[in-house]
Amino acid sequence: MTGDHSANRVGIVLVSHSAAVADSVAELARGLAGGGPYAALAAAGGTPDGGLGTSSELIAEAARAVDEGAGVALLVDLGSAVLTVKAMLAEGDELPPDARLVDAPFVEGAVAALVTASAGGDLDAVTAAASEAYGYRKE
Amino acid sequence: MPDVTSYDAELDALFFRRWLTAAADAVDREAGRLTELDSAIGDADHGVNLQRGFAAVTAVLEKEEPATPGAVLVLAGRQLISTVGGASGPLYGTLLRRTGKELGDEPAVGRQRLAEALGAGVAAVAQLGGAKAGDKTMLDALLPAVAALAESFGAARDAAGQGALDTVPLQARKGRASYLGERSIGHQDPGATSSALLIGALAEVAA
Repeated sequence: MTGDHSANRVGIVLVSHSAAVADSVAELARGLAGGGPYAALAAAGGTPDGGLGTSSELIAEAARAVDEGAGVALLVDLGSAVLTVKAMLAEGDELPPDARLVDAPFVEGAVAALVTASAGGDLDAVTAAASEAYGYRKE
Repeated sequence: MPDVTSYDAELDALFFRRWLTAAADAVDREAGRLTELDSAIGDADHGVNLQRGFAAVTAVLEKEEPATPGAVLVLAGRQLISTVGGASGPLYGTLLRRTGKELGDEPAVGRQRLAEALGAGVAAVAQLGGAKAGDKTMLDALLPAVAALAESFGAARDAAGQGALDTVPLQARKGRASYLGERSIGHQDPGATSSALLIGALAEVAA
């Protein structure tokens, strides 16, 4: 993408089967990311009627909302969230041109992605930071 | 079927709309059974999810009346991805959309051409889900169906039905059912079952 990268930051979308999970992880990431200002972050959880599942409409809407022209990183939880984002990327016109599915653990990846994007990291840096969260073992 | 070549060129947009309408009817009829199968090894929403998706497909096809087989399938696939809510949405959506894209702008296609395009659609599903034959997924009905479609619509229906039955002794390796490990053995896969309905509907409108 062209544009002023010092002003435009990578946007982040959190896709979960549950609106409560997506919203809570967004809140957690903001809480742990420091004092801000934060990169744009949007939650796309559950179905439009409030049920458990994945909604391509909510995902597309969230991606548009956080897109500043520097790319959009999508973090997903499981099952249909993964497959829906992959199918949307394959379609080609439902997500911003620099949208990317990031292979990362959902909670840890969200924090790493938001910190990196808020600090001005580009899409590669955000992807790398979120993916590296897999490397931190818990035992 | 000696007259297959004369019929063969006549799979037009109307045929594909009739197929998807028949598929929607079959899903409607069998939604309870699909959900019952899914309650054994899944999260008990397969029937209702597909019912919602195919109802939306029927509605959009009536409203937009796409002019070619490819356009019918692409539109239907897109609709499934946006309305189903579960993993079957992107999977069936990809199946129809990719098949439709393979058919391009052709105003009518033959059975062999459909078999080729459907084969590409099934390959796209396999790639998206990372599954292969024997993983106890919809592929276990779709792969034999595509192979048999080269012979006839009836053979494809029978192969898909048999493929779904053949998932009973398998252990699931994909999706939520895979978490159950050996406990997934002994249950028919809901995705393979709905795939058999889809191919059954195809044979029904071709008859």
